Amino acid sequence: MADTAALIQFAEKLRTANAGWVTEIIDALGEVSVVVPRESIVDVCSTLKDEHGFDLLADICGADRGPEEEPRFVVNYHLFSTTHYGRLRLKVRVSEDDPKIHTVSHLWRTADWHERETYDLFGVIFENHPDLRRILLPSDFDGHALRKDYPLRGYEPYSMN
Amino acid sequence: MSTAVENIPVDYEALDGALESNMVLSMGPQHPSTHGVLRLDLRLDGELIVKAIPDIGYLHTGMEKLFEYKKYQQGIVITDRMDYLNPLGNNLAYVMAAEKLLQIEIPERAQTIRVLFCELQRIASHLVWLGTHALDIGAMSVFFYCFRHREKILNLIEAASGGRMTPSYFRIGGLMMDLPAGFDRRCKQFLDDFPEALSTFETLVTGNTLWQSRTMGIGIISAEDAINWGLTGPCLRGSGVNVDVRRANPYTGYETYDFDVPLERDGDVWSRFKVRMREMAESHKICRQAMERLKPGPIKADAPKVVLPDRDDMRKHMDSLIHHFLIVAEGFNVPAGEVYMPIEGSKGELGCYMRSNGGPKPDRVHFRGPSFVNLQALPVMSEGEMVADVVAIIGSLDIVLGEIDR
Repeated sequence: MADTAALIQFAEKLRTANAGWVTEIIDALGEVSVVVPRESIVDVCSTLKDEHGFDLLADICGADRGPEEEPRFVVNYHLFSTTHYGRLRLKVRVSEDDPKIHTVSHLWRTADWHERETYDLFGVIFENHPDLRRILLPSDFDGHALRKDYPLRGYEPYSMN
Repeated sequence: MSTAVENIPVDYEALDGALESNMVLSMGPQHPSTHGVLRLDLRLDGELIVKAIPDIGYLHTGMEKLFEYKKYQQGIVITDRMDYLNPLGNNLAYVMAAEKLLQIEIPERAQTIRVLFCELQRIASHLVWLGTHALDIGAMSVFFYCFRHREKILNLIEAASGGRMTPSYFRIGGLMMDLPAGFDRRCKQFLDDFPEALSTFETLVTGNTLWQSRTMGIGIISAEDAINWGLTGPCLRGSGVNVDVRRANPYTGYETYDFDVPLERDGDVWSRFKVRMREMAESHKICRQAMERLKPGPIKADAPKVVLPDRDDMRKHMDSLIHHFLIVAEGFNVPAGEVYMPIEGSKGELGCYMRSNGGPKPDRVHFRGPSFVNLQALPVMSEGEMVADVVAIIGSLDIVLGEIDR
C-alpha cells in the first residue's frame, strides 16, 4: 500500500501541538493508527479536521478485546481527507467500568449513527450525544450483542412482544 | 402508507416549533418504495415534510457477530448477503482485508478478473437502482428494460461462480476457479450490446420532461454538508466532490485503467441520477480494458497454507492433500493486526475493518456500509420537500437495507 511517511507526519504534528494528545503511533500494514487518550479525542479530531484536511469521517467502529483485558474496549475512528486522500485511524481505549467518550457528532454529523451503533452493540457511552438510542437492536434489548461475553444465540429466545 | 399516531418510539420534543395540525405518517417498513424494510417517521405540515426520522434495524441479523464465530474463508459467504445487489464488491472488501493481514500477492489474471467482475456488478447494481428509482417515480417500463440487461450480467456471474445473487467468487488468495470455456465470447457479446441498451435507458428517462421535473432541484445537499454527513460514492460526486476510492486509494490495479470519474455540481436527485448513468458507461469502459488484458495465467496466489489446492494437484501430490485437509478442517492462522480496507462499492465507500489476534477466526469484522451512512443524510435532504419527493430522494440514495442493518 501507499507510503505511510506522509501520514506519520500528521501524527507527529499532533504530538508537537500537544504532547498529551498522542499516546502511541502505530505504523503497520501500510496504515497509521494514533492512540489518543479519551479526554483529548475531540481536540484531536477538530485539529485534524480544521488544520490537516481530514474532513470526512469514514467510520467509527468499536472492538471488544475480551472481558479479561484492560482497557477492554477500543473505539476506532477512520478519518479520510477529500483533498489529499490520506487515511488515518484514531484509537481510543476505554475500560469496562467507565466506558465513556465525548461525542464527535458536533464535528461530523455522520458520527451520530456510528456512535449510536457502537453504543448499541458494545455499550460504549458517548457523552453529549444528541440522541443516544439503540439503532440496530430493539429498544428493549437486554445487553450489548457484540461484546465477547454475549453468547452468539443470546440468553433466551428473543420475542418481539 | 398508513397513519399511526400512537406507539412511535421517537422523541418528538425537538419538534416544539411544529404546528398543531401536524400529522405523523409512518412510512414503511413494508412500503415498496422504501427499498426493503425501512421505516420513516414523517412529520407533515400538509404535504410538506417538517421532519423525517429514519428507523432502521428491522433486518438486523447479527452478521458482524457471526463473523467472529466463522473461519476466515467461511466469512466470505456472509458478505454476499449484506449488500445483495453488490455481493462481489462485499467479497472483494472482505478478502482484500484478509489478504492485507496475510500479506499475500495476488496474480495478475486474478486481479484483472476481479476488476472485470466488480465493474459488471456495478453495472448490475446501477441497473437495479435505475429500474426501481424509475418505478418509484412512476415510469414502469424502465424497470423491465433494466432487469433484462441485469439478467445478462447475472448469467455471466453464474457462469463463472455458479451463484447469481450470492457468488462468493473471490476467495482469500485469488478466485474460486478460473473462467469457464466460452466466457470471453459471452462477456464480449454483453459488452457489445450494452452501449445500445444504455442509450435506450437514456431515451426512456433522461429526456423525459416528467422525469426532469420530478428530479431537478429535489433533495439538494451541498458539498460541505455531503462531506459532513459522510456521504460517499455517487451521492458525494453528485454534489461536486471528486472522491472515488478507485482513484484516491487504488486497489487491484485500478490505477492502471483509463476511466473518468463523473461529477455533477447541483447535489440534487437529478445530479445523482446523471452521475450513476455516466458511471455505467465508465464501468463498461473498464470492462472492455479488463477483457483486453485477460491473459492466461494462475488465478490463485502462491500460498499453499491459505489457498485451496486444485483438485488435480490433490490427486497427485500428498502435500496438496494435507494442505486441503488442514485448511478445511482447521482453517489458517492470520497474523495479529488490524486493517481497514476501503473499496469503491456501487453505492460508495465500502470499508471492511478486520482485526485478527492470530487465530483462524477474526477477532472483529466491521463493515462500513455506504448505504448506512448515506441514509443518515435523508432527513437533511427531505425536510422542506413534499411527501412524494421523499420517494424520489430515497431512490436517488440507492440504499440496500441488507447492508444498513447487517
